[in-house]
Amino acid sequence: MQRSTSEFKHQAEVALQDVTLQRAMAKAKGGFVDKRRVAVARLPEFEQIRAEAKAIKEHTLAHLDYYLDQFERKVLESGGQVHWARTAEQACSAVLAIIGGSGKQVLKGKSMVSEEIGLNAAMERAGHTVVETDLGEYIIQLADEPPSHIIAPAVHKTRDQITALFHAEHEKYGLTELVTETEDIVNEARQVLRTKFLSSDVGITGANFLIAETGSTVIVTNEGNGDLTQILPRIHIVTASIEKVVPSLDDMTVLLRLLARSATGQEMSSYNTLSTGPRRADDQDGPEEFHVVIVDNGRSEMLGNEFHDMLRCIRCGACLNHCPVYSAIGGHAYGWVYPGPMGSVLTPLMIGLENARDLPNACTLNGRCGEVCPMSIPLPDMLRTLRFKEHERKLSNARARWALKAWGWLAQRPGLYQAVTGVMTAVLGRIGARAGRFRSLPLASGWTQVRDLPAPQGATFQRLWRKRQ
Amino acid sequence: MSSARDEIFARIRRSLRRNAALEAPPVHRSQAPESNVRPRLENDPVECFVEKLHIAAGTVDRVTAISDVVQATADYLARHALEPRLVVAEHLLIKQLTWPAEWKIHTGPATGEDHIGVGAAFAGVAETGTLVMLSGADNPTTLNFLPDDHIVVVSALQIVAHLEDAWRLLRDSVATMPRTVNLITGPSRTADVEQTIQLGAHGPRRLHVILIED
Amino acid sequence: MASAQDTRPPPSVGLFATCLIDLFRPNVGFAAVKLLEKAGCRVTVPRAQTCCGQPAYNNGDQQTTASIARQVIAAFESFDYVVAASGSCIGMIKEHYPRVLKNDSNWCDRAEQLAARCHELTAFLVDVMQMREVESSFAASVTYHDSCSGLRELGVKQQPRMLLSKVGGVTLKEMEDSEVCCGFGGTFCIKYPKISERMVSDKTANITATEADCILGGDMGCLLNIAGRLKRQGSLIKVYHVAEVLAAMTDQPAIGEGES
Repeated sequence: MQRSTSEFKHQAEVALQDVTLQRAMAKAKGGFVDKRRVAVARLPEFEQIRAEAKAIKEHTLAHLDYYLDQFERKVLESGGQVHWARTAEQACSAVLAIIGGSGKQVLKGKSMVSEEIGLNAAMERAGHTVVETDLGEYIIQLADEPPSHIIAPAVHKTRDQITALFHAEHEKYGLTELVTETEDIVNEARQVLRTKFLSSDVGITGANFLIAETGSTVIVTNEGNGDLTQILPRIHIVTASIEKVVPSLDDMTVLLRLLARSATGQEMSSYNTLSTGPRRADDQDGPEEFHVVIVDNGRSEMLGNEFHDMLRCIRCGACLNHCPVYSAIGGHAYGWVYPGPMGSVLTPLMIGLENARDLPNACTLNGRCGEVCPMSIPLPDMLRTLRFKEHERKLSNARARWALKAWGWLAQRPGLYQAVTGVMTAVLGRIGARAGRFRSLPLASGWTQVRDLPAPQGATFQRLWRKRQ
Repeated sequence: MSSARDEIFARIRRSLRRNAALEAPPVHRSQAPESNVRPRLENDPVECFVEKLHIAAGTVDRVTAISDVVQATADYLARHALEPRLVVAEHLLIKQLTWPAEWKIHTGPATGEDHIGVGAAFAGVAETGTLVMLSGADNPTTLNFLPDDHIVVVSALQIVAHLEDAWRLLRDSVATMPRTVNLITGPSRTADVEQTIQLGAHGPRRLHVILIED
Repeated sequence: MASAQDTRPPPSVGLFATCLIDLFRPNVGFAAVKLLEKAGCRVTVPRAQTCCGQPAYNNGDQQTTASIARQVIAAFESFDYVVAASGSCIGMIKEHYPRVLKNDSNWCDRAEQLAARCHELTAFLVDVMQMREVESSFAASVTYHDSCSGLRELGVKQQPRMLLSKVGGVTLKEMEDSEVCCGFGGTFCIKYPKISERMVSDKTANITATEADCILGGDMGCLLNIAGRLKRQGSLIKVYHVAEVLAAMTDQPAIGEGES
């Protein structure tokens, strides 16, 4: 996928000026948050289950090789095949080798790891036609855009924009009427994609979980597109990353109790589907081939280091929905596959901190993401840890570093600090006393370009206190 | 690709500060049966199942005998003004039924032409109003997804409290996992257009359960 | 509060002034002292304090943070309690100093011990000193912004509201999203002014929608940001630190207001 993470600040400012985007984001805001709040309130055991889920993931990660090996054995036993990919390139090659030839029509269910490895572009370069089947993914595929949210990829699109995209694209199927109502939009997509479902060679899905006990891959969807994607074509390929494995069906059950509630506020998504191997001898439908491509792409390095906790992520999107920065600028400004708090941790780890310097900093550390994370991932702490690394590697802005250094030097000398600040506040207090605030101030434009600076009252507290004593 | 496998496993073990594979399976909480924290049900499981299914936008007909399923299906078709053309699973429960002679019934996988599918669940989960559907010769998975109307027959005896109970039942009744296990909770839906929920995205527009309570 | 029979010496409190109160709003510092003394504490303001170190910490400079943390610990560890009229600074001392110094064998225990005795002002008054009455009146409708650190790191939510309910004349009108960040975020607000502008504008819109006369909060950072934005928008809504209202010290112009 094209990446523009180094343009974060500019992209964020453009997004803030984008009236249509802001309208779409305003509609989405609140909805996810309220639904999650209600769903969590209805589950008195939520905190217990949350602790249990963390323990399950930690246990699995501590024995990751064991469970991946067990998973692989079970897939093989059920007649499926497993392919291992250390890098994005290896993963794409593995998928292309399975598809074989050229000019195939490939169905895709929503899969973030396939975005991460740039699979669509690789398949198109190899001459295949890729059809995204999740409605949100389909919309952004027509718009030639990446997803802006990990569970609601087209959250940034308004209905009017979707109407226009469908009008332009669906004319070739003889669908010339403008569809403007949600129901009609959904029906038209259903009609167009139904013919694709029934005529494709390969179906690719992601996986929310891999179950070591049974060798099953699991997808969690609401539309049913993922199911049609994997039961109709002759070949079913699953792309999944190594940390998706869980020991057993019961372990998955614990995580399922958190996933939909945290994501959409549902108790269960409409369809949770476990796929184990290809169709059986007496099955009347289902794929003849079943392949699992297991992707590392840097995750094995995160294991056990200071970003280890991030491997517990189940991609529910709650941190995005509760992030005031994400709500303000949308997902595209972040410039790569994973936006919001989880993306601001993952992206620098995957593409290099030097290529994503803004992401860990564009956060107020307000803590809301960590508070709602069903897997108790300390996202704010990890963002701060990335800031430590930027500082160590001198990746942060040099002027800011010097200013900070000067301030730090002063702050460690209380007597001098108090003398200096005493003079400063006295001066500013006197100038600002009448108005009570400054509309602009040298060296403070970052502050005053968007708000006034309240004037100091005059003398510092320290000075007044000493005087009182 | 075996080299990629070796490299990944080597890296994982290095990160875990271990040189070789584990000699014995790790001790894990879930090996202790019934270890999961389970949400308390506020009602008896069958009532819970019905209530949760309604919340998930499914509908339920409660009948007293297997022989009532045909009438319940007829009522459903009448309610929605549907033509009696059905694709039905060859499941034991459903095979017992005698459909009206004038109805068009076929078995086998569903096709794009099928509008009504009738299948049988392996279990119903009270906790969330979820149907557990297993693929197999007697229950093609396409029936669950291609038709607009999905009718599922389930007996009250098959309703379990929690998903863990369904897994235990599954482990006890089949030697290997079926190719597909569908956990179905309500009809197909999407919220991808301005976060407005619309039923019938790609899968069934309606999910109707005929619950046999004898 | 200390009863007549209570012969124990009054608890000693080291007031962590916080850099923003020290520089911008000494009135809040005096309000905190007044409230603490009313609650029966003996208050000291150690001279060897500047800032809690968050600017360094949140900009990645662990070394400076650790030096400042040691300075604060040394200045405050002799008191029974450390109190500040800021959830953010107390969150830093309580939650983060032990982490910053965890590999420093000389200091990690001292950091832990100090952390255990640190309290945000309103939480200290209510939870530790059992303050149930407030001698103050303030004839105004107010709305309250829950600052993120106080709320999420320390659980400060009901305490300021409980105390406010005892202030004569005050009506509390809760705003929508009172728990959502105002967009201050320390240096965030000057590094990403446009994003911060959107966040603080959402906040001021929610404040304005309550039709309250006044917005209160427990952290100067948020209050300077909110007041600055309200003033830029030409709003007449007044901004005070909650301690000023509780201590009946609202005779000074509100934050961002001039002498009139």
